[in-house]
Amino acid sequence: MKLIIAVIKPFKLEEVREALSAIGIQGLTVTEVKGYGRQKGHTEIYRGAEYTVNFLPKIKLEIAVEAGLADKVVETVADAARTDQIGDGKIFVVPLERALRIRTGETDAAAL
Amino acid sequence: MTLNSKLGYLTLAAGGGLLALTGPASAQDAAPAAAADTAFVFNTLLFLIGGFLVMWMAAGFAMLEAGLVRAKNVSMQCTKNIALYSIAGLMYWVIGYNLMYSGVDGGWMGTPVPVSIPDPSQDTGDYAAASDWFFQMVFCATTASIVSGTLAERIKLWPFLIFTAVLTGVIYPIQGSWEWGAGWLDGLGFSDFAGSTLVHSTGGWAALMGALILGARHGKYGKGGEVHAIPGSSMPLATLGTFILWLGWFGFNGASQLALGSMADASAVSRIFVNTNLAAAAGVVVALILSQIVYKKVDITFILNGALAGLVSITAEPLTPSPIWAIVIGGIGGVIVVFAVPMLDKLKIDDVVGAIPVHLIAGIWGTIAVPITNPDVTFGAQIIGIVAIGIFVSVASAVLWFILKATMGIRVSPEEEMSGLDQVEIGIEAYPEFGRGGQTL
Repeated sequence: MKLIIAVIKPFKLEEVREALSAIGIQGLTVTEVKGYGRQKGHTEIYRGAEYTVNFLPKIKLEIAVEAGLADKVVETVADAARTDQIGDGKIFVVPLERALRIRTGETDAAAL
Repeated sequence: MTLNSKLGYLTLAAGGGLLALTGPASAQDAAPAAAADTAFVFNTLLFLIGGFLVMWMAAGFAMLEAGLVRAKNVSMQCTKNIALYSIAGLMYWVIGYNLMYSGVDGGWMGTPVPVSIPDPSQDTGDYAAASDWFFQMVFCATTASIVSGTLAERIKLWPFLIFTAVLTGVIYPIQGSWEWGAGWLDGLGFSDFAGSTLVHSTGGWAALMGALILGARHGKYGKGGEVHAIPGSSMPLATLGTFILWLGWFGFNGASQLALGSMADASAVSRIFVNTNLAAAAGVVVALILSQIVYKKVDITFILNGALAGLVSITAEPLTPSPIWAIVIGGIGGVIVVFAVPMLDKLKIDDVVGAIPVHLIAGIWGTIAVPITNPDVTFGAQIIGIVAIGIFVSVASAVLWFILKATMGIRVSPEEEMSGLDQVEIGIEAYPEFGRGGQTL
């Protein structure tokens, strides 16, 4: 099993969710996060004084899938989230050791 | 039906009512008495309507300031605003009104005794005595409102309220007596129709002295002199506050005509409404365009300040300007905002809501501009008035701020300032369930 962690632009969330639904992904966890990469922050102006916003708002997705599906999910998220502008985000794939569905007690692939 | 015959009909109707009440009297005797009664009623109505509109400006200041401070200081700002309005209302009854209006006779102050309100059967004159007290009281409260915004986010509650009591009971009434109480400044020919100097600059000077003695908010200015913006918590509240102030200003300027008992007065009040609105609109549009040109982005807080600066600018003389002059006078108020706000930051004077540009600097501008459209007023008299009131209010305020600083301290500790005044002094955050409020998960 793999855990796919994607950080994307907030306005792309709905398109990514639709694309993942279309390839049969059944579950997804979303968190509002802040951070920066090469895009860095940006400057704003308030009452004549500039100030820097160092941490930009992003959306973090966590998707647990069977190992064989991981590449397809990564590709789907990347395609849906891409704007070709700086700040599109990143995708990480990490190994997943165990999974458990709390209600039924099912484990691993059956729990996904 | 023309307006003339409408008024005649009203007078006759009122005369009929008076006849029934006073028993036998000929219709010829009753008619002039009824006309005087009608003028009394309309004058009083102007004071009452203008008065409650200006009272509502206290709500405008509260919302403007609530929007321009950070969320952690909003409860405190609301507390200060309702408290200062109430303290002004009491102090202006206890000593303020009579210190300003009773027995000034060309001098430097009146008699500081409580106001007695006459029995309605004895209330003779051009208007009800109580309506005049109420109308003058809300102006006094406006002066105090100006101070709270500048000093927000770092001043302690109680010394601020003590300052408010002295400002509204003593400082404001004394300088007010010089002009509106028929004191020495009035004798010199100084003119300030609704209070660009007497109300707005007075509040502005008191705020400026407070800002200098209190110091800037923690983190506002860097060691190298760089200015750090501290964005306010709610632009909708700040906008609502500005609209409320704008509405209240029709009472502030319009009712300062002080009479509505004749067609000429009714026409004057209406003209004042038009000029007041034109000046505010010009202040907004000028601030809108200038902030786009200078900063490449429109700044809503500059626009809101622009409306108020336009209003303050026209307040010294809202009657004599032609519409074009009202636009020019108010528009220059908008220019003042866009350039004075960063200028104060360069001087490291931390004015959270822009009250010093809006009330002090635009107030001075409006007072100087009076002779442009009013040939009865001289520039010399205007400058004497601006300087005399500026010196008196600044010195009195500075002495008071220093006494408060030396005795009880006027500033919260840096740690308390970081936590926010709501937690430290009020005990209830404005938004406990939103953002970083204590009740969010």
